Amino acid sequence: MPDVRFRRRKAEFKQAMTFYENLGRFGQAPAFILENGETLTYENIEASADDFGAHLKRGALTMILADNCAPSLIGYLGCLRSKCPVMLLARTIDDRLVASLIGLYRPNYIWLPEERAHVLSRCEKRYATGGYELLLNSDEAVSMHVELALLMSTSGSTGSPKFVRQSYGNIASNAASIVQSLDIRGEDRAITVLPMHYVYGLSVINSHLSMGAAVILTDASLMEKRFWNLMKSQRATSLSGVPYTFEVLKRLKWTRMDLPSLRMLTQAGGKLSAALVQEFASQCLAKGILFYVMYGAAEATARMAYLLPHLALTKPASIGMAIPGGEFWLEDDSGSVVTDPEVAGELVYKGSNVALGYAQCAEDLVLGDERGGILMTGDLAKRDNEGAYFIVGRKSRFVKIYGNRVNLEDVEALLHEANIECACAGIDDLLTIYVTDRAQVHLAVSFAQQVTGLPRKGFRAEHINRIPRNEAGKILYANLEGLSWTS
Amino acid sequence: MTEKQRYDKVFMETFNLDEKDLNDTLIYDQVSGWDSVGHMSMMAALETEFDIMMETEDIIDFSSYKKGLEILEKYGVHAGCPLPTA
Repeated sequence: MPDVRFRRRKAEFKQAMTFYENLGRFGQAPAFILENGETLTYENIEASADDFGAHLKRGALTMILADNCAPSLIGYLGCLRSKCPVMLLARTIDDRLVASLIGLYRPNYIWLPEERAHVLSRCEKRYATGGYELLLNSDEAVSMHVELALLMSTSGSTGSPKFVRQSYGNIASNAASIVQSLDIRGEDRAITVLPMHYVYGLSVINSHLSMGAAVILTDASLMEKRFWNLMKSQRATSLSGVPYTFEVLKRLKWTRMDLPSLRMLTQAGGKLSAALVQEFASQCLAKGILFYVMYGAAEATARMAYLLPHLALTKPASIGMAIPGGEFWLEDDSGSVVTDPEVAGELVYKGSNVALGYAQCAEDLVLGDERGGILMTGDLAKRDNEGAYFIVGRKSRFVKIYGNRVNLEDVEALLHEANIECACAGIDDLLTIYVTDRAQVHLAVSFAQQVTGLPRKGFRAEHINRIPRNEAGKILYANLEGLSWTS
Repeated sequence: MTEKQRYDKVFMETFNLDEKDLNDTLIYDQVSGWDSVGHMSMMAALETEFDIMMETEDIIDFSSYKKGLEILEKYGVHAGCPLPTA
C-alpha cells in the first residue's frame, strides 16, 4: 500500500520550485560561463543534461568525481532530471578511496574525468563528452528510496564512507530559501570559490540556477592570478567563501582591488571571528556590497540561517535567524525548550531542507526520512532578546581536563584572539595545541593554562608547519596528530 | 645563512621538500601541499623570514619557485642568481 505521508510530500515538492526541472525556461540566458570565455545557455545545459540522462538506466546510482567544470555539473543535473540518485566526490579523491567507496555503495555508473578512468579499466564506457567519461560499473540494481536524490560526503575528500542522504525536496527547498534570503537575481553572476562536492559550494550553484542567474566556473584559487582575471573580465557579482576565504581576502587587501561588479559576499562553512565579520561588514558597507554571514550543515542540505548585512556590524558574532521556511529553537540537556534569552542550549532546526539521514553503505540507501524535518545540530547556541542566534560552542568537541569540561573551540578562539594561530585537539587530561609559529609553543601553553585556570599539566603544545584543512578550508582535526613528527 | 639559503629553507619547511626538489619545475599546485592554503603559509613565512610586507599583485603572481626569486628582488631580497640576458 502506498505510503500516504510520502504521497503528500511528493505533492508538496512538485509545487515547490524545482530548479533542475525548469532550466529551459531561462532560454538563452547564460547558465555557465567557462574560464575560456565560452558561455553555456540554460537551453544548452538542459539539452546536455538530458543527453547525459538518456544513458542512465532508470533508478541507477551514479558516482561523480566532480570539479567545478561543465561536464561535472551537466552530469549532476542529468541525474537529477532523470530521477537517478547521485553521489558527489572530489575529482582529486584518492584512487584507493574511490575503489573502497565503489565497493561499499556499488554505483551503477561512474562519471569521471578521462584521466581518472584507468582506475576502472574493467568498466565499459557508455558515453563521453568534454573530457569526462561515463563508465558502467554494475548492472545490478541497488534498492534506493524514491525520494533519495543526492549523497553528499560529510568530510570533504578524506574518503569517509559516511554520506548525508538528501532528497529532491531538500535540494529544491534549500535553493528556494537561499534565493529568498539573499535576494538572488537573474542578472547575478556567481564565481565558484568552493568545490561543488561540498554542500555549500553546490548550494551556490543550485540557488543561482533557480533564478536564471549565471555561474562562472573555475577551479582556480584566490591565490591565483587567473581567478582575479576571470572575476574581473566576467564581471562576477557574487562570491561565497568559508572563513578561510575571508582570511585570504583580508591578506590580499581585497578592498584595494578594483571589483566594480561585485555586489554580494556570503560567508558560511564555519565561524568567522567576530572581529573579521565586523571588519568585512564595515568595508562592504563603504563599498555598497552586501555581506551575508550564514550558517549551515550538510545535514540541512546546505544552509539554515542568515544574518542581515546591517546586523553584521552590530551583532558580528551572530548567525542571525533561520532562513525562510525554517525554524530554530534551543533545547537544554533534558530536552526541554529553552525560552529565556541569553541562555545556551542545543540548537535545533526544523525545515524541509533537513536531510533524510546518513548512509554508510549501499544497504542504507533504501532508508527513508529518519529525521522528520528536525535536525539536532550539535551546536550550542543562545538567542538574544531580539531573536538573533549566537553559536557559543560545539556540544561534542570537548575534553575533560581534571574533571573540567573544556570546549576545544573556545580554547582555539581565545588563542586566536591572542594572535596565536593554532588548532586544538586532545584527550581527557591532555589538551594539545598545535601552533604554526614555533616561537609560540610555550606561550600557547601558558596562555591556555591561564585563561582556563586549569593545571598546566593538562596542556601541551606542538609545532606544526601548517594547519591541515580540506579544500573548503575546514580544519581536518583527524589529521593533526602525527603532523608534528614530520616537521 | 645567505638569502638564497633562507629562501630555500622556507620552501623546504613549508612543503616538506628536500634541497634537490628546489628547481624550476617547482610550481603552484604541482607539488603536494602547495595549494591555496600552503601558499598563504609560505607567504607568511617569507614575510617573517625577510621582514617584508608583500603586495597583493606579488602574492598572486608568486606562481613558482623561480618566479618567487624574481618577485623577492623587488623587496631587496637577493636570493636568486642574476637572470641570463636574452
